[in-house]
Amino acid sequence: MAQPDLDTSPAVSDDVKKTTCYMCACRCGINVHLKDGKVSYIEGNRDHPINKGVLCAKGSAGIMQHYSPARLNAPMKRVGPRGTSQFEEISWDEAFDIAKSWLAPIRKTDPRKLAFFTGRDQSQSLTSWWAQQFGTPNYAAHGGFCSVNMAAAGIYTMGGAFWEFGSPDWERTKLFMIFGVAEDHDSNPIKTGLSRLKERGAKIVGVNPVRTGYNAIADEWVPITPGTDGLFILALVHELLKGGQIDVDYLLRYTNAGFLVNDNPKSKDHGLFLRGKSGKPQIIDRRSGKPVDFDAQGVTADPTKTQRIKGVEYKSVLQLLASKYLSKDYAPETVADQCGLTVEQIKRIAAELAKTAFEEEITIHQKWTDWKGIKHDKMIGRPVSFHAMRGISAHSNGFQTCRALHILQILLGSVEVPGGFRFKPPYPKPYDIHPKPHATSAAETALAGPHLGFPHGPEDLMIDGDTARRIDKAFTWENPLSAHGLMHMVISNAHAGDPYKIDTLFMYMANMSWNSSMNSRGVMDMLTDQNENGDYVIPHIIYSDAYSSEMVAYADLILPDTTYLERHDCVSLLDRPICEPEAMADSIRWPVVEPDRDVRGFQSALIQLGTHLELPGFLNEDGSAKYEDYADYIVNHERRPGVGPLTGFRGKDGSKTGRGEPNPDQLQAYIDNGGFFLDHIPKSAQFYKPWNQEYQNWAVERGIFDKPAPYLFNLYLEPLQKFRLAAEGKYDPQPPEQYRDRIKMAFDPLPIWYEPFEQTLVDQDTYPLHAITQRPAAMYHSWGSQNAWLRQIHGRNPLYVSGDICDQHGLNDGDWATLTSHHGEITVPVVRMNALNPKTVWTWNAIGKRKGAWALDENAPEATKGFLLNHLIHELLPPKGDGLRWSNSDPITGQAAWYDLRVRIAKAEDQTQSQPEFGPINEPAE
Amino acid sequence: MHPAPSVIIFTVLSGIGFAMLALLGIGQPEVNGFEAIPYYFVGITLAVIGLLASVFHLKNPKNAIKAFSQFRSSWLSREGVFAVISLVQSTFVLAIKVVFGFHPLLSGGVSLIICSFTIFTTAMIYTQLKTVPRWNQWLTPFVFFLSSYTGAAIILGQVLLGFLLLLMLTVVQIAYWIIGDRAFSKRGHTIETATGLGRLGKAREFEPPHTGQNYLLNEMVYVVGRKHSIKLRTIGMLFLVGLPLPILWFFNVSFAMVVSVFCLHLVGLFICRWLFFAEAEHVVGLYYDKR
Amino acid sequence: MTSLPNSTDKKLGLVIDLDICVGCHACVVNCKEWNTSGYGAELSDQDPYGDAPMGTFLNRVHTYEVQPDVGPAQIVHFPKSCLHCEDAPCVTVCPTGASYKRAEDGIVLVNEDDCMGCGLCAWACPYGAREMDLAAGVMKKCTLCVDRIYNENIPEEDREPACVKTCPANARHFGDFADPDSAVSKMTAERDGMELMPEQGTKPVNRYLPPREKQNEVDILAPFLKPVANSPKGFLGWLDKTLDRI
Ligand SMILES: Nc1nc2c(c(=O)[nH]1)N[C@H]1C(S)=C(S)[C@@H](COP(=O)(O)OP(=O)(O)OC[C@H]3O[C@@H](n4cnc5c(=O)[nH]c(N)nc54)[C@H](O)[C@@H]3O)O[C@H]1N2
Ligand SMILES: Nc1nc2c(c(=O)[nH]1)N[C@H]1C(S)=C(S)[C@@H](COP(=O)(O)OP(=O)(O)OC[C@H]3O[C@@H](n4cnc5c(=O)[nH]c(N)nc54)[C@H](O)[C@@H]3O)O[C@H]1N2
Ligand code: SF4
Ligand code: SF4
Ligand code: SF4
Ligand code: SF4
Ligand code: SF4
Ligand SMILES: [Mo]
Repeated sequence: MAQPDLDTSPAVSDDVKKTTCYMCACRCGINVHLKDGKVSYIEGNRDHPINKGVLCAKGSAGIMQHYSPARLNAPMKRVGPRGTSQFEEISWDEAFDIAKSWLAPIRKTDPRKLAFFTGRDQSQSLTSWWAQQFGTPNYAAHGGFCSVNMAAAGIYTMGGAFWEFGSPDWERTKLFMIFGVAEDHDSNPIKTGLSRLKERGAKIVGVNPVRTGYNAIADEWVPITPGTDGLFILALVHELLKGGQIDVDYLLRYTNAGFLVNDNPKSKDHGLFLRGKSGKPQIIDRRSGKPVDFDAQGVTADPTKTQRIKGVEYKSVLQLLASKYLSKDYAPETVADQCGLTVEQIKRIAAELAKTAFEEEITIHQKWTDWKGIKHDKMIGRPVSFHAMRGISAHSNGFQTCRALHILQILLGSVEVPGGFRFKPPYPKPYDIHPKPHATSAAETALAGPHLGFPHGPEDLMIDGDTARRIDKAFTWENPLSAHGLMHMVISNAHAGDPYKIDTLFMYMANMSWNSSMNSRGVMDMLTDQNENGDYVIPHIIYSDAYSSEMVAYADLILPDTTYLERHDCVSLLDRPICEPEAMADSIRWPVVEPDRDVRGFQSALIQLGTHLELPGFLNEDGSAKYEDYADYIVNHERRPGVGPLTGFRGKDGSKTGRGEPNPDQLQAYIDNGGFFLDHIPKSAQFYKPWNQEYQNWAVERGIFDKPAPYLFNLYLEPLQKFRLAAEGKYDPQPPEQYRDRIKMAFDPLPIWYEPFEQTLVDQDTYPLHAITQRPAAMYHSWGSQNAWLRQIHGRNPLYVSGDICDQHGLNDGDWATLTSHHGEITVPVVRMNALNPKTVWTWNAIGKRKGAWALDENAPEATKGFLLNHLIHELLPPKGDGLRWSNSDPITGQAAWYDLRVRIAKAEDQTQSQPEFGPINEPAE
Repeated sequence: MHPAPSVIIFTVLSGIGFAMLALLGIGQPEVNGFEAIPYYFVGITLAVIGLLASVFHLKNPKNAIKAFSQFRSSWLSREGVFAVISLVQSTFVLAIKVVFGFHPLLSGGVSLIICSFTIFTTAMIYTQLKTVPRWNQWLTPFVFFLSSYTGAAIILGQVLLGFLLLLMLTVVQIAYWIIGDRAFSKRGHTIETATGLGRLGKAREFEPPHTGQNYLLNEMVYVVGRKHSIKLRTIGMLFLVGLPLPILWFFNVSFAMVVSVFCLHLVGLFICRWLFFAEAEHVVGLYYDKR
Repeated sequence: MTSLPNSTDKKLGLVIDLDICVGCHACVVNCKEWNTSGYGAELSDQDPYGDAPMGTFLNRVHTYEVQPDVGPAQIVHFPKSCLHCEDAPCVTVCPTGASYKRAEDGIVLVNEDDCMGCGLCAWACPYGAREMDLAAGVMKKCTLCVDRIYNENIPEEDREPACVKTCPANARHFGDFADPDSAVSKMTAERDGMELMPEQGTKPVNRYLPPREKQNEVDILAPFLKPVANSPKGFLGWLDKTLDRI
């Protein structure tokens, strides 16, 4: 019998359309194959800067998301009690009428009564602008509970953050340390990068209590105890300083190392920079030995000298830094135990960092010109680089820990140099050219400027006397630098009417009644709570989702979104673009298939709502709608003259880049170009960007900013000292008594480590363990479980318990255990894990589901065996007995401290249902 | 391995059926003329029921006919081919007996050979599998032979033969278990050889590739049976030989008695055949760290 | 035809690099996605939104924890699909001739038009590389993307298996093991590529590159930094000297 002859060249599909994936926030380019009008195969786009042809598990499961039975069908209004998910489908006109009947009166009287918060939003430049035009101060995206510590610490310290806003120089770095990362937003690029490092024989060090994923393939694992990275990092700094292993030349050129600081504790300017007549910080000129403006031509600082003026001694930042970190407190011998590490490992890693940075220095022979006009004929590289994410930022000491890590990078001279960490446009961008926050609202008027920004000192707080202007209390004494707002406090504060009551809560793409809230049950109660006369404490809730999530049940009005393959989107430079260190890039989504339901892209719906409300900017002079839909807005909206959502193919004929009048055919140009646009940065401008004249000029040409903005890195962060002085009564405005000690303690202008708050308020013997979560690579928060393929991989989540703890409690795989925190208790299945910090338990995030949600069977494993750690985490700290509500957040930025959680474990009877169990919500779905 | 009723019925009944045809072929007992018909009828029916049962095991029976094509390489194919030949050939022997009323020595002998070979091919379907060490041993075919012929001898009322076969079966069945219990570890298959991770250290499964079930787990990682194996083995042996032996020894051969002994034996046989599958471990279980 | 070819001109297969596989399951899902709309019947799912979802996958990623004699436990991600064995028992047991190994490139395939769904080939495979599709009733297995690697309708650079193209960590490599100069042969030679369960005698074509050795916390040989300064004062002294050198 002969071998069958086989057609090895079958047709793959009828048509291929190139757009952008949205199975997560990584924004990879995809080729969507269509067979007789239906999506048949999705693959990575090889030309795309982000994924270069690869596609992750989630992206590959896009078909099943697109055809998910949990998709919403049409706008709906609530007809039963909240939380019982009884809805009636309505028309879009009726939906807009209802929304208008709530929002128009608010805008006429008190715009603050609208709180508009968005979750996995990739159109923040539109949503924030809409809120600004409405006039409410209460807008933010989800960054406050996500990773604002990372973003804020990066921008305040070096004018750019990790996150997806920069990246290690994968092609050149030789030693790479990754702190507290499971997946991150750069899902595919990080994997591709790690693989390049391995090919090139570079060393990868994973700092993580858990040794999975990236940490599993790392060449060395640092099994740190949660919350102690700051100590570990500063111990590395201690070693480097002690060994004289820092890049002095780099520090003096590119940082405020030489700035003179008032070192007299009695002085009212204690800790502030010495400023000259120009108002500019002073350095001591090496030649003259005199204080001069730091940026005066031809001067270099001498950080060894001190300066006495009117009895006040001024010391250089580098002096202060050295004396701080050379102290015994930061010696490896002092910190090792607390970090759960060995002294040897800390010392060896410090030595390896120094050796790689300074003995394996790399040189690129590339001419460039610095901000002072000095020409250089080569670029010196320090091939050590770092990346970090929520593992260090989702703690109440996260801001200072992230700062500590940036200080370490900078001392090694490894930021914006070959082999080090590199910014992606629109970064670098120093905090002081970012806007400041705006929150002063008035009836029928737009907000004066963007809601979110970067305060320079207490004078920039959003408070009236002692009361917060924003519902989430962002930019108050409780969390002054809350650059992303505090979405995790909105429902709780709105329910408490603190600082004031609101009327309408408008949310988009955030599963707030489940996995994205702390204390999920409490949140459900707040959303359904009624006052004495039977009205809901939070009167109106509008929510936009595309699927039957747990949150849908709690809304009064549902605006059903399309799937990501059915709508226009833009991944804009005004927001979170897809740039590379060597190129500026942005991209679009466009309807590769038409919706077969009565749904609308949320951004289009939002624009149409804005038009119904006649918000400024949404109408033409003749009163007609300015933008028909989002596509129209993307093409024609101009933020600044010539600068709009998309940077490519601008100008009437599409010939202009960055700046240029709107081009009616812009979207088609993007589609023809594969769904994205890319513009390379000139070779001479690819490194030293903050101080590189060619880069600065290029960026201005491209409309990234309007005038060159060179700056120095902030080893020493003066704004923090201003808050401290205020707390000491030496600077106005001043904080209320109860905040003073905390501000004095936490707002050190040089990074420090302090114990995460929760463990200082609970008895550590009662709660001896740390409990954390990780993102699974093959799931995206809550929204992957409706996916028939992904849920076969992660259909339930055990609690992974370290070998030590298993042995202490006689736990074996498959046993059940009860986990108890100061706030709650869960009973869940356990699995042993030895490759885990001995004081730690963890689980996969957001696998647990509410019965009846996501169009899944009520007995789906996600709902019977799966669970959330969120039930153990509270949005407030354990009471201190001072009668105040302290949020479970970083005291500087307000970042939610998810990973401060402390627990105890006890073996439980075998169960068939994980606890707590919630009644089913039988949700509307196709 | 998953003890599917279809394969248990198939191996047990077709085995006994073909063994009966073989014994009748060599005149144990010698029945001629119309008297032969009921004997052959029972044999052929058992064989056919068994074969039909095996078809139920197929997920795509419409292609079953193609199973005759690969006798050169495949034991399952050979089984199919020889089953058919045996049935046809035995029917031919029966025809001679009925029509001419005598016992054809030569073609009767041929029955013995091809029916035995058919039973052997059935055994080889399992014996050949390196992936199931417990099966992959020389005793497996003997287990199939003896169990088939013992049953056949009893139902055909060949008391002495049946008695001897029961004794042999006892020995072989027990030997099969003793050797089988060691087979897996003797082959040196471990999670370390399966994954090649032995060079790093001691391996265990941390996360399965899928949190739900799949075909492999259902079909080849059947752990339920092993727990109760000792109990079941004892009960199995009790019915298989424990009860039949004394009865055959002490009581005189009446038809009713033969049938009841056969039934007891058959119960034992089904239990042992169930264990044959349920106790068998497939090496793929190593990848799931399930043994 | 279930007799194996005496030899095949090419030996196409995969190298899987356990040192870099991050266990992301991209290859698993992309394989399912490609093959459900590709070769033969689609890969069905049973009870996809119910309480016991299961389905057919041709590639699965296991995760193991390994405890070395010294140093902490390690996690190893372990993708597994058909190894396209030279001595493929799955082929020889097949009664219908549906299972076969291609003479030209050694790819082991199931011709679904002949398969009767008896499952014996899956029993014969030591590696769990074959899964019966319960809806179609035919045996499914990795096709080495035979409908991609020669496919004139796909751009040249994409003529490789879906799982290889999609792997973000570049942990999967496709090539001809018969050619000693091919990338896969070289990798296997350099990194001591492993056969799985050699004792089964199946002569797998696919090879696994073992994880490289890890650095442990304690390494007595590692040099520490020599102190230049133990006090802030000493540090300033050092700083002064350094400045003169700049
Ligand atoms: N596949 C997938 N990708 C995603 C997401 C997803 O849901 N799925 N979510 C996206 C979102 S919204 C975000 S914010 C990013 C977050 O990206 P990540 O920050 O990578 O997300 P987490 O899962 O929170 O990872 C936290 C890591 O820090 C570790 N960790 C916890 N505490 C500590 C500590 O004290 N020190 C150290 N060193 N490590 C610690 C945990 O073990 C875990 O590995 O991921 C994005 N990417
Ligand atoms: N225990 C614990 N809790 C955590 C975290 C943790 O690490 N541990 N991480 C926190 C972090 S960093 C984050 S960012 C949050 C994430 O949590 P969420 O922001 O809630 O993210 P998702 O769960 O993905 O929910 C997003 C919602 O958007 C909906 N959606 C999906 N696609 C679309 C669409 O196209 N249009 C619209 N309109 N809606 C859509 C989904 O159905 C879902 O209801 O979780 C937080 N919660
Ligand atoms: S990482 Fe995966 S899910 Fe996220 S955008 Fe890229 S392909 Fe899509
Ligand atoms: S895609 Fe690559 S890295 Fe991810 S699991 Fe598969 S082989 Fe491993
Ligand atoms: S891996 Fe299994 S299915 Fe693939 S050729 Fe080898 S034996 Fe056959
Ligand atoms: S299942 Fe199909 S391919 Fe496998 S052995 Fe049976 S007939 Fe052959
Ligand atoms: S080669 Fe093709 S069929 Fe085989 S595992 Fe990879 S993607 Fe799946
Ligand atoms: Mo996030």
